[in-house]
Amino acid sequence: MSPRFEPGFEPILGRYLHLDLLGKPHRLYVEEAGQGIPLLCLHTAGADTRQYRGLMNDERVTANYRVIAFDLPWHGKSSPPAGWQDREYQLTAPDYVQVILDIADALELDKPVVMGCSIGGRIVLHLACQNPARFRALIGLESAPYAEAYYDLSWLNRPDVHGGMVCAGVVSGLVSPTAPTHERWETLWHYMQSGPGVFKGDLYFYTTADGDIRDKLGQIDIKRCPLFLLTGEYDYSCTVEAMLGVAERTGAPATVMQGLGHFPMSEDPEKFIGYLLPVLEKIRAL
Amino acid sequence: MIDKIAGLVNADARLIQRGRFVDTTFMIAVGDDCTLLRIQEGKVTRVTPGPFITPDYSFCLRASRSVWEKFWQPLPPRGFTDVFALVKTKLMQIEGDLHPFMANLLYFKDVIAAPRKQTVTRQATR
Repeated sequence: MSPRFEPGFEPILGRYLHLDLLGKPHRLYVEEAGQGIPLLCLHTAGADTRQYRGLMNDERVTANYRVIAFDLPWHGKSSPPAGWQDREYQLTAPDYVQVILDIADALELDKPVVMGCSIGGRIVLHLACQNPARFRALIGLESAPYAEAYYDLSWLNRPDVHGGMVCAGVVSGLVSPTAPTHERWETLWHYMQSGPGVFKGDLYFYTTADGDIRDKLGQIDIKRCPLFLLTGEYDYSCTVEAMLGVAERTGAPATVMQGLGHFPMSEDPEKFIGYLLPVLEKIRAL
Repeated sequence: MIDKIAGLVNADARLIQRGRFVDTTFMIAVGDDCTLLRIQEGKVTRVTPGPFITPDYSFCLRASRSVWEKFWQPLPPRGFTDVFALVKTKLMQIEGDLHPFMANLLYFKDVIAAPRKQTVTRQATR
């Protein structure tokens, strides 16, 4: 975002949605900007809707798209369900799919486009497999069918290590070294603010057999629901090679985003939007 | 490159502040060449080149010389920008008691990558 010299509101409107998810009442934070084709955006593990601030503030996007993002339960300004103190948070593929479908229904979205990054990029592959008729198109950012943990995830939630600092420390290297400094640190700030164990709980889906979709990629039919893949060149978690593997298996068009890392929409919104706009134009023309 | 770390870290007040609670000795192994770095209150107070007989340290980052040389470039190639990128591809091992490292991860990442700044400065002054 460019610096603002005069006070002024952004066009983003945020509200709290009450709905039942996974059999429990939830209070969920949802924000949106723009009008047109609904574009439902999914944040990365341990983060929240603020990652899409650049997108929602860009008229080139919002002129034709109603950009909507929600904080997953436990994330951002969404509350964990009552009784959270007695359980450990753990995201699973079936729950994640159900939450997305229920929220799309609650918002009465007509064949939305869903765009997700990282865990969100993974779940769009699940959506492409399971629910292609529900969506106009799917956009996978940093989409890998599987990711192996490369460090002991228990470091992310233990009383003798500051959770916010270690989560930000872990992901800091995933930001492109060329990202603007203020956007890099805004992105890390979101990680510093995440609740205890939330990032780790998301990584259950991301790093275990639960979210592994390698064996099902052949079921994705991009004629039933177009799928677009974009991955930042510096992402060593969801690598360019992993994305190209998905593209090869599914036939989905794939773009390597030069100068971007694992959080393209947040670490360098301007550069990312340059890559996204042609995809949005293609979807409008469908 | 390692001999530049102390000067670069100790000249960076913000980095020292970030590591103000760090009190440990860690090792950087460049191939077979090992160096111990003593950290106290965020400053590098002693740099001891090996070889050692019974080195005493909390954790060690170990990689080949060619990996470290790529890592310390001002703009490293993809895959060499972060220690975790190298751990993932098994080009680096991080061994020992990782608590000081993980509890101060943003600090140690900048300490370890400090020679990148030196390269930039040297290039800029040529």
